[in-house]
Amino acid sequence: MALISKKDAALIKDPFLDNNPITIQVLGICSALAITAELKASIVMSVSVLFVLGLGNVVISLMRNIIPSKIRIIVQLIVVATLVIIVDLVLKAFAYELSKTLSVFVGLIITNCIIMGRFEAFALGNGPWRSFLDGIGNAVGYAVILIAVGFFRELLGSGTLLGFKVLGDPIEKTGLYAIGYENNGFMLLSPMALIVVGIIIWIQRTKNTSLIEEN
Amino acid sequence: MSLKENLHNLKEKYRGTKMAPAFNAIHTFLYLPNEVTHGGTHIKAADDLKRTMNIVIMALIPCLLFGMFNAGYQHYAAIDGSLRDNVIANFFTWDNLWIGIIKVLPLVIVSYGVGLIVEFIFAVIKGHEVEEGYLVTGMLVPLIVPIDTPLWMLAVAVVFGVVIGKEVFGGTGMNILNPALTIRAFLFFAYPTWMSGDKVWVYDAVNRTGTADAISGETILGSYAQNQEVIYSNWDKFFGFIPGSVGETSTFLILLGAAFLIFTKIGSWRIIVSTFIGASVMGLIFNGIVNADIITDSSKFYGLMSTNWWEHLMIGGLAFGAVYMATDPVTGSQTNKGKWIYGFLIGFISIMIRVFNPAYPEGVFLAILLMNVFAPTIDHYVVQGNVKKRLKRVTVKTA
Repeated sequence: MALISKKDAALIKDPFLDNNPITIQVLGICSALAITAELKASIVMSVSVLFVLGLGNVVISLMRNIIPSKIRIIVQLIVVATLVIIVDLVLKAFAYELSKTLSVFVGLIITNCIIMGRFEAFALGNGPWRSFLDGIGNAVGYAVILIAVGFFRELLGSGTLLGFKVLGDPIEKTGLYAIGYENNGFMLLSPMALIVVGIIIWIQRTKNTSLIEEN
Repeated sequence: MSLKENLHNLKEKYRGTKMAPAFNAIHTFLYLPNEVTHGGTHIKAADDLKRTMNIVIMALIPCLLFGMFNAGYQHYAAIDGSLRDNVIANFFTWDNLWIGIIKVLPLVIVSYGVGLIVEFIFAVIKGHEVEEGYLVTGMLVPLIVPIDTPLWMLAVAVVFGVVIGKEVFGGTGMNILNPALTIRAFLFFAYPTWMSGDKVWVYDAVNRTGTADAISGETILGSYAQNQEVIYSNWDKFFGFIPGSVGETSTFLILLGAAFLIFTKIGSWRIIVSTFIGASVMGLIFNGIVNADIITDSSKFYGLMSTNWWEHLMIGGLAFGAVYMATDPVTGSQTNKGKWIYGFLIGFISIMIRVFNPAYPEGVFLAILLMNVFAPTIDHYVVQGNVKKRLKRVTVKTA
């Protein structure tokens, strides 16, 4: 018997492409715009969301039969808030500089629509193992877009990747800069993140036309 | 066999294939099609899209030629200031034109080359005819960039502007933003060091920085923003013997172009006039503030606020924007009342940005882009207002 059945595997695979939380459900856009100017911040954000969503889905799923439906949003918020505070404190303890770059956005994971959306739509109605897979799948789908956007924005905007000067040194004029290349400052501004996400959405829907919404 | 026949045969050969639009475009661009409609054609209008575009390009040619001479003139005058004493004798010289040819023509070629390649690719992918929309944009772009803009930056910006500014919305006629201004805005935000400051407006000023024969080519707006004296007379400003983007310096030639566009009914006189009115009103307000001693000359806004309101109309890209950019029929307002509002706000906001943002004193392109976004809203309320007015009339009569 396989470790993960076919039905369960779809929980991980679907949010990766055809039901991606950012490009198809258009959730979690705010953080995708705000923190993707650097690849490192995108990765840390992705890992944080992976942790919160994976664990949170399991917790909510375990409690799903004892949560009164009238106060379920409050309960969900408490679960997310607890997990987010753990992430925030870990970041402050072990990666202080980075937590400063991410600043308020770690705290704002609480309001990330993907998380509440998955709690409501999936964890409240499914068992812990399936909820866990669903959480991981959606967080990875989110991470893929975040990292892709972060990659292009940092490469074209600052000429670096994870802080390494892959295109040469802009001040000493080495590498590409020696022949007159310059960093694209527009890439570091939030509007460009929106345009990059838009281009990803465009390409994805051109490849798979069944995703195009009816007017 | 003539070139025309060759092209016709190529077109026939590729009919129905993916490359058909490309050959069709080359053929119809250069020649009349071999097959024309016979009989029952009832609409006979010569001013199709291609003709409209060509008229705008004709209106732009004087600005382009002037810009080429001015490129050389500003370069030599920055080295030898005495040249400015006799502008007429020193302006239309072969040396000046030569610098214009080696600096401005590459901008034009890159702009058209890259833009048309993008248009061709999209026409082939989408399987429609190549649209003429880029003909004017391609001529506007070289005229609104600084002379020393690196060609690769221009190419990147043109790709961005045509794809994001136009093709994603569905191509010519469907765009919300003016593509030429999208290109300019992209350059401005992506490479701010090349688009502002005192080094990019005069040919070769960048390379001479820090050397013994360094030259400075601050624009008038830049000087005013820093509360500096300006060496140019008002006639210089009006006729355009000043540093600036390639083709926008000469208010005189722009007004000639405006007259031509209004005469041929391509450009809307309402938008042009109301833009100038809007800019004058804002300029008068600022002059009033200065005259009432509300701010002193220690304020960082003083330089541009105390500039006479009529001077504001001649410097910077305001006139060029008003005549060639704001009047774009696709992105501007469509209703007559809407055109007045649209133009007025463009002028009003341009001067406001110019004065309150001394780091980047040229606000006209941002103002036009902003109003492009609002143009449909303005039209909506104008139309609704008209509907309401007429409804009221109807109810009064029936009552």
